[in-house]
Formats: sequence, structure tokens, C-alpha cells
Amino acid sequence: MPVGATCIVRQGKAVAMAAVTRLPMDDFRRRIAQEVAGRRSLMAFFGVPELGGVVRLLAVLGNRDRGELELLSSEARDAYPALTPECPQAGSFEREIAEQYGLEPQGHPWLKPVRFQRPEPGAPSVHGADGAQPQPSLPGVQEFFTVAGPGVHEVAVGPIHAGIIEPGHFRFQCDGEKVLHLEIALGYQHRGVERALVGGPSKRTIHQMETLAGDTTIGHATAYCLALEALAGCEAPPRAQSLRAVALELERLAGHTGALGALAQDIGFLPTASFCGRLRGDFLNLTATLCGSRFGRGMLRPGGVGFDLSAALVVDCLQRLDTLRHDVSGAVRLLFETSAVRGRFENIGTLPYDTCMQLGLVGPTARASGLAIDARRDFPSGAWRVLEVPVATCAEGDVYARAQLRWQEMQTSLDLIRRLLEELPAGSLRAEIGSLGPEAVAVSVVEGWRGEVCHVASTDAAGAFARYKVVDPSFRNWAGLSMAMRQQQISDFPLCNKSFDLSYCGHDL
Amino acid sequence: MLRILVERLRQGRRTLAFPPTSSPLPERFRGRPVLEAAKCVDGCRACADACPTQAIILGGVGAGLDERLALDLGRCLFCTDCVDACPTGAIAYSAEYRVAASQRDDLVLRGTSQKLAQAMHTRLRRVLGRSLRLRQVSAGGCNACESEVNVLNTVVFDLGRFGIEFVASPRHADGLLITGPVTENMRLALEKAYDAVPEPRLVIAVGACAISGGPYAGHPEVHDGVAGIPVDLYVPGCPPHPLSILDGLLRLLGKIEATA
Repeated sequence: MPVGATCIVRQGKAVAMAAVTRLPMDDFRRRIAQEVAGRRSLMAFFGVPELGGVVRLLAVLGNRDRGELELLSSEARDAYPALTPECPQAGSFEREIAEQYGLEPQGHPWLKPVRFQRPEPGAPSVHGADGAQPQPSLPGVQEFFTVAGPGVHEVAVGPIHAGIIEPGHFRFQCDGEKVLHLEIALGYQHRGVERALVGGPSKRTIHQMETLAGDTTIGHATAYCLALEALAGCEAPPRAQSLRAVALELERLAGHTGALGALAQDIGFLPTASFCGRLRGDFLNLTATLCGSRFGRGMLRPGGVGFDLSAALVVDCLQRLDTLRHDVSGAVRLLFETSAVRGRFENIGTLPYDTCMQLGLVGPTARASGLAIDARRDFPSGAWRVLEVPVATCAEGDVYARAQLRWQEMQTSLDLIRRLLEELPAGSLRAEIGSLGPEAVAVSVVEGWRGEVCHVASTDAAGAFARYKVVDPSFRNWAGLSMAMRQQQISDFPLCNKSFDLSYCGHDL
Repeated sequence: MLRILVERLRQGRRTLAFPPTSSPLPERFRGRPVLEAAKCVDGCRACADACPTQAIILGGVGAGLDERLALDLGRCLFCTDCVDACPTGAIAYSAEYRVAASQRDDLVLRGTSQKLAQAMHTRLRRVLGRSLRLRQVSAGGCNACESEVNVLNTVVFDLGRFGIEFVASPRHADGLLITGPVTENMRLALEKAYDAVPEPRLVIAVGACAISGGPYAGHPEVHDGVAGIPVDLYVPGCPPHPLSILDGLLRLLGKIEATA
């Protein structure tokens, strides 16, 4: 392929690995920096090991105006000049590449482990070569950025937190009550998912996809099914596509309801906390009506869906949704109409538009800061190709905006589910899925409730996974929480954290 | 204030009676599997081959009826792979949410009955029976088990009415409730939390991951669940329904008597 030629993929279509643009490192870096400066999104950036210690770096650039995904690559060995100084969106991706393949991004401003995983077999470790890291390295056991001066102190929280949540470590540098800097150390949840996927798919794969981030079962399972179907050259039947979309919106409703309830809880506004606690469960119960599992386990299967809705069940679901809309409106209205709540939500944890852009944040967090991005509209697949999704945004970027935005998205989801169920196409539930095409690559993007879920799957000569890359929205958004905490009261951390509502295992994989 | 009261009235009372008087579970709920080994065709391995977590144990040709087909609930993801694969309908899901057990072996299901969790012994019950404080530790859990445990604190399940509460510090706790396959990266933190719980202490493993490693069993990054410390209660599922967890906790406390 000539230098400068572009390799465009769309959702649902695979391309030959050989067709992926190969550029010299300098051109590769320049292209990415230019495109991202021109408002393209770096959807994924990762290593694919090749023979002889060479690592192929593969980048996926998203062009939201045209719904196109561009693949480009370059080769590196041992080290390469880091992209991050010019393109901060690459920051976590380059740390991950360094950790997985021992490839050093030279000049990276923050080259720390991202999830404390062991390097891939045969790859050297870029961390601890100098003995600074204990072997095997432990999350949280690292040099943290520190601030010195009178009145400056350090607060360490986690990995085990006060509530029933996943583990992670937060290290605050504070001047009195004011947070100067927050560093987040994750990796406690690392289960080795990507490594295990190589050579697949196996009979376990779909179950690992469903539990990548257990509250985003539908989001990740949809992305997986889309990637697999693209590689196999098939497509789920229309009825299955609509049912997948219904399940995705139910997952969003449950997630957002839970987040609003938890926000209310964190400021001690108990009525909404208690109402939303119950209502979230009722949305989960709707998913269970669909497929028997409150988290949507078993709903998606490569080629289609595992469960159908009878006409009677459609009517039942629509009725229950009407009741839920009524109840959830009451609970949420109470939250936003209470001046004490507004006082606690407004101007807390403000994340400016520019920061979101630079860091490549996604989902409700980005939209609450004014970025009109939504994979359902920008990279439509399945039922989203024919459904118009209004993308709500807020300008303020504070806790209030992130809460308000969730409520707006819930109303959209309720409307979308109604439309999807009323116009449910007839037909089969599952297409036959054949073997995967050899030496091909497919990209899928799904708007999960936390933001864009991006999967990139490539196959070897036998049609087995050579590499399977998962980018959970939380992988992008944890950096946003750090930035939002600057100059805030440390006592506002739980509130800020809840307003982002991120996944630990989705990040740690 | 008035608005809050009006809304409170409108939202109504939402707490479930427990044990439930009518089933709050949907028709498609996948509860404890029912095995009918008599339907098995000699030499058929379809269910075992389809199972993603090796939860199915086949006795082989010539085995007695009870030995012919068994299912380890501790490994089971309650997915439909075996049910779909079986040509004769020998495996089916029931709506039975009561699945918790005291012994690991009691999770191995044969036929329809299961030995459910027993009450902790009398001496321990005297100390913990009326007021149980638990510290939850997620060690690689995907946030589904964690969510289903958390849900017990909502008005629907109202855990507090049974004298059970989740606390922040392990030093204030009578036991640990562990979820996740126990990642290597969380092992040390979990050990420290366990050591910080004063004796006598309980350990409760919730979910396929914590019991057997679940879909991550065998990964070098995880320890295939809680190992090396005695477990007092196993609640299988992926994730278990909140009712299953609540039922297990109440059996452990001796507030529900055993029925199979």
C-alpha cells in the first residue's frame, strides 16, 4: 500500500490486515497528531506483536462527520518517539502499549503502569528495569506525583473503599481541604482478558465479554457480536438488531437511574436515593423479563439474540415502561427542583470542554461538557442506522450538568425503546455465523451507558483471533475525574466520583 | 418538604416480604437447574462439551443414574449453553432461587434436590446471630455481583430489618463477603482485610468467580476464587439474584430452616 493511502472501515465490514495503511513511524505520528487536531477521535491505539520482536502499532481514527473509521499502522521495536506530548489522547494507550509489549514511548510525560499486568510472554518490562518497581509489581506501589510546601499533605484512599464497590487507589495531594492533584492507580481488577482472547473465539469468549464490565453486559456483548459478524461476513436479522437496541437502552436506563440515586445519596438527599434504588432494580427486572438475567446475560449471541419478545410481552413491557417513566420522573424532578441539591451540584467538579477534547473523553461525561458525540449517531450500526438519536449536551461540565444530562438521556432512551418495540420487525432471531475470515480486522463501536465501547478484532491465517483489543469508556474517562478534582474540596470527591460513575474492571480488563 | 411527602406517598411502599409470598421473579429467570439423568443418551457429551466453565460432570457409560449427570453450581454461569446443546431436554432451569450452600461439595447438583446452607453452629450464632456486620471486598468482580449485593440495601430488600449491615471497616465487621475471582493484584489487599476482621469471623463467597473463578478460571492473573481460608457460605450464580444472596445470609443466621 502506498504511503498516504487511507484504509477506511465501517462498522460491520472487515478489511484484510494487508490493506491496513502502513506508514513509517514519523508519518504515522504526524498523521495521528494532525487528524486528532482536526477533531478526529483516537478510538483505539494498541500493539499487535509480530515476528522477531517487532510490534505493529495500530491506530483507529474516528471521523464522526462521515461515520468512517480509519486504520493506520506502523512498526516499532524496543522504543519509538511518544505521541502523547503532541496528542494527549494517546496518553493511556501508550502507557498500555509500554506495559504490554515493553515498547518504550520515548518522551512520554507520564510513563507509569496502567494496570500492573505482566508483560506479554517474551516482552521486556519497561517498568522496573531499573529496580524501582518491586517484582512482581503491585498496584499502588509506585512513585506518586507529590507536592511539597507548608500545609500540603497527602491522602491515600483504597484499594478497598467504604462502600460495596470495586477496588482502586486514589492518592490526593492537598493544601488544607483543597485538592491540588489527584492520581488514580488502577489495575486491581486485572483478569487477563485480552491475553486470554488470543486464539479464540472459544466457548468462553461470549461469557467473558458479558462480564468485561458486568454492568455493561449489553454494550460489550454488542460490540463483540458486531466485530465477530463483520469478520464472518454476516449480519444479525433486523428483529435481533432491534432487540439488541432495546436491551442497550434498558442498560442505559438502569445505569443512569442508579447513578442519579447514588448522587442523591452522596449529598444526603435520601428520598431520590431511595426511589432510584428501587427504580434501577425495576429497569433491571425488565431486562430479566427479556432474557432471564437482570444484567442481560444470554441476550446477545453472535449472529443475533438468544431471546425473543412475544406480542404479549411487548405490551407488558410498554405498560411497565410507562409506569416507570412516571415514577422516575417524580423521583428525578424532586432532585432537580430542590435548591439544596442544586447548591451541592452546581460548580462542583467542572470539566472544561477543551480538557475533554484533549483527553478524548467520551459518553455522558463529554456531552455534559458540550461535546456532541454519540456512537449511536456518529457510527451507527444495527437498528441505529434507521433510528434518529437526538444527542443532548450541556455546556457547564459540572456535577449538575452530568446529572442533568443523564436525565435527558433517560428520557430519550424511554422514547427510543417505545419506538423500537412498536416497530419491532418480524423475522428470525439469529443468522448462521460461519468461520471468521483469515488475516482480517474489524472494528466495532457501541454507545454504552458510560460512553463509547470500542472493540478491534484481528484474525490470523487460520481465522482465530490474533489480537483482540477492548477499549472500555472508563479507560478514557478516569483521566477526566483527576482533572475535575483539581482545586476542589477533597470532601467533594465522592460526589465528583459518582458523577463520572466509572468502571474499574472495564479499565483493568 | 411538602413535595417530598407527596412524592413519597406516590412512590408507595416497595419492600418485598421475605420469604416472598408470591414470586417476584420473571418467567425466564434461570434458577437452580433440574437434571433428569434418565433422559441422557449413552455416550452423549453435548452438555459437557458446550459448557464454558466445565460445570458438568458426566459419569460415563454404566454409571448409576445419580452418577450419570451432575452439575457443579459453583462453576455454573446459569447460561443456556448446556440447555441449548442437550438433544433430550435432560437439563432445564427451574425458578428456584434458593441455591446457597454451606459446603463446597453441596453445590454439586444431582437430580433435583440440593442440600441448602445450614445455620452456623450455636456458639457462633449466640455472638453473631442477631446482629451481623459484613465487609464486602470485590477482588476482580465485574460489578454485577457487587450490584446485586448492594441492592440488598435498597427499600426493596431492606437488609437492615434482618439485623444485617454492611460496614466500611473490616475491624467493625464479623465477616467478609467476597466477590470476584481474586485477582493477583487484589490478593494482598484481601488478605489484609481478612486479617483485620476480629475472630470469630465468617467468610461468604458470592458468585461463580468467587467460588471457582467463573469465566476467568485458569487465568494466571486470578486465583480461581477464594482459596486458603475457610468459607462459611457459598452463593452461586453469575451474578446470583439478590433473593439468592438474602436467602443464603438468612440460612446462615438460622433465620430460615432448611428445606431442599
